[in-house]
Amino acid sequence: MLEDTMINIVHIVVPILIVVVSIYAIYLKDLIAAAIAVSAMSLLLSLEFYILQAPDVAIAEVGLGAFLTTAILIIAIRATKKEEEA
Amino acid sequence: MSGMSRIVKTITNVAFPFVMIYGLYIIARGHLIPGGGFQGGVVVASSLAMVLVAYGSIWIVGKVKEKNLSVLESLGAICFIGLGFIGVILILFYSSFEGSFLKNFLIGQDTIPIFNEIGKGISNINTAGIIPLMNFSVGMIVIAGLFVILLVMAYATRIKEGK
Repeated sequence: MLEDTMINIVHIVVPILIVVVSIYAIYLKDLIAAAIAVSAMSLLLSLEFYILQAPDVAIAEVGLGAFLTTAILIIAIRATKKEEEA
Repeated sequence: MSGMSRIVKTITNVAFPFVMIYGLYIIARGHLIPGGGFQGGVVVASSLAMVLVAYGSIWIVGKVKEKNLSVLESLGAICFIGLGFIGVILILFYSSFEGSFLKNFLIGQDTIPIFNEIGKGISNINTAGIIPLMNFSVGMIVIAGLFVILLVMAYATRIKEGK
């Protein structure tokens, strides 16, 4: 009973956190901070997959979405310069 | 692309072996637990990408060549398709062998006892015949294929920085 209540609460809290972190990813001015926000969104999405009993998809999501996409974004961001310094 | 700060490098040095060994564990136990070749390969490629991002592309020049990664990827594909075709080829040598493409010839068949012995010897840890070997093949393909994308991107940024 208590376990079901906890799982229901997590099912409500995690999607709200996904939406909040996505809004952060849009409104942050620093590009690396925005990339980290995208990574956090993907991590929360993989947590949601795990709660929905798909651990296979969760591992693939946390590898591809939360790590490799962030690595590609950071490589691309560090190859550019800020508008003020250019 | 130059390297990142000393904090990032230190955390990478600590976390890299754990992430890589966890990815290899996901590959090796893929037939028993959630996971498999693709997921474990993604985790191992993530650990390599972590080193690449932390130390920068100037450091990694000359240490890894994308030609070697291409060889690794092709080797994984050849291992996968070869294991599939061994099940067909064995029909030519043993007429009573019920073979087909991707036949699990290392376990549960009576015509070739030596393969059952080999499979039993390995199967003290793995009880699935050729499925772990196929997971390793897929893992090789995924590691090489995902790491070479990041490596080519890092090379491209290095060329731009040199000018």
